[in-house]
Amino acid sequence: MATTVKNTPLRDSHARRGAKFTEFGGWNMPVQYKGIIHEHKHTRSAVSVFDICHMGEFLLKGAQAQGDVARLISNSVERIRVGQCRYGFLLNESGGILDDLITYRLEEETYMLVVNACPTEADAEWIREHLSPGTVFRELSEETAKIDVQGPRALEALSDAADIPLSRLAYFHFERGKLWEFEALISRTGYTGELGYELYVKSNAAEAIWERLLEHPLVEPAGLGARDTLRLEMGYPLYGQEMDEHRTPFEAGLDPYVKLKKDFIGRDALLRQRAEGISQGLVGLLLEGRQAARHGFPILRDGVPCGEVTSGSFAPSLGRAVSLGYVPWDHRAPGTRFEIRSGHRALTAEVVPLPFYKKGTVRA
Amino acid sequence: MIPKNLKYTEEHEWVRVEDDSATIGISDYAQEALGDITFVELPEIGKQVAQFEDLAVIESVKAASDIYAPLSGKVLEVNPALEEAPETINQDCYGEGWICKLSGIVETEMEKLLSAEAYEKLIASE
Repeated sequence: MATTVKNTPLRDSHARRGAKFTEFGGWNMPVQYKGIIHEHKHTRSAVSVFDICHMGEFLLKGAQAQGDVARLISNSVERIRVGQCRYGFLLNESGGILDDLITYRLEEETYMLVVNACPTEADAEWIREHLSPGTVFRELSEETAKIDVQGPRALEALSDAADIPLSRLAYFHFERGKLWEFEALISRTGYTGELGYELYVKSNAAEAIWERLLEHPLVEPAGLGARDTLRLEMGYPLYGQEMDEHRTPFEAGLDPYVKLKKDFIGRDALLRQRAEGISQGLVGLLLEGRQAARHGFPILRDGVPCGEVTSGSFAPSLGRAVSLGYVPWDHRAPGTRFEIRSGHRALTAEVVPLPFYKKGTVRA
Repeated sequence: MIPKNLKYTEEHEWVRVEDDSATIGISDYAQEALGDITFVELPEIGKQVAQFEDLAVIESVKAASDIYAPLSGKVLEVNPALEEAPETINQDCYGEGWICKLSGIVETEMEKLLSAEAYEKLIASE
């Protein structure tokens, strides 16, 4: 294991802006600049930029690459066209989630996989073990910087800078072009629930692009703190919290990203789980007040522990605390009430449909 | 940002003593470190607390932190504004963002608290 904490190409830029840093997935990342709630609300109302350089990118290339991604990834990534990208999972043979990722079809026989920071090395090893002999694997993480531009006014912030007609770019589609004088892959994706774009650029251009983006009057920087509250309000799962190798996509309620009609690693285990029954499922929990129920807090039903909170925080857009957590499969219906233990205190939570926040502009 | 007229704890609470009662809050250093405060679990009025024992819990977006009683005493009053607007602590930690008042304090316990100068040195070293 690497013991040194890595810095992104934007580290000095964040420090100049007075960011507070935190260690995440082996990286020294900005957690906030002005404040998490301010950054959260700014993203919901205008547009924020996020340093997401810690995430990993791999390139898969060759005549067999299509078959390889089909077998490695739970969703129908083999069926996307050039210019499309798709969310899915890397599963182990037991159906457990090794990672969630987005697959981009760059060319007919070339795919880019975008993975989480923490499991990047393990993912690379897993993928290489399962590739056809002729498929070329390249680690792009080091040379690739990722900047997310998110918010209802994201298009305004980017349209003058990009030589791509971004207004035509549909959700989960991408194009390659120029952002100012820099090469960029721009995809209409994100993790906030708002209209937004993810920019993949060369690491050595990242700082110049970041600074230029921030010159726009609508744009402010946002840290991982706001990224987490934004995704939580949308009920988006986070690898390491809602998902890990001991949870399957079915337990996490992510069935749409699993295509049982095709063959992929973990499929047999998922079919078995579906036949035998699933013991716990992920739900959205609305707390009564502002007090948060956090990762690891036990969930009780009639005084008996029956589940666990995986993520929880005060939700700035709602003015209430919300959590995601696993509860017994047969008690996932909206309206079901649970008690959550927080030290000596008992909090009351009710299952609600996701997303918690329903005014997001992501598909606008 | 360290008022001279207050006493401090190593855990970043401040206390202002008037006659036999004390007003308690957290320092600017503490509110800055916590970030956006989203919830305060206030003590029950009438509760007897001992010096340096749990008094309240302050939650920020990222975490929950225990607040300790700088002095022994009985909870006389809590700041009602914090229920709906806990961010008042971020905005005015030494004023409108006070947490609670204790009565029946023991003056000799003051010796265990830090002066403004000593507190300033403490946070400079953190």
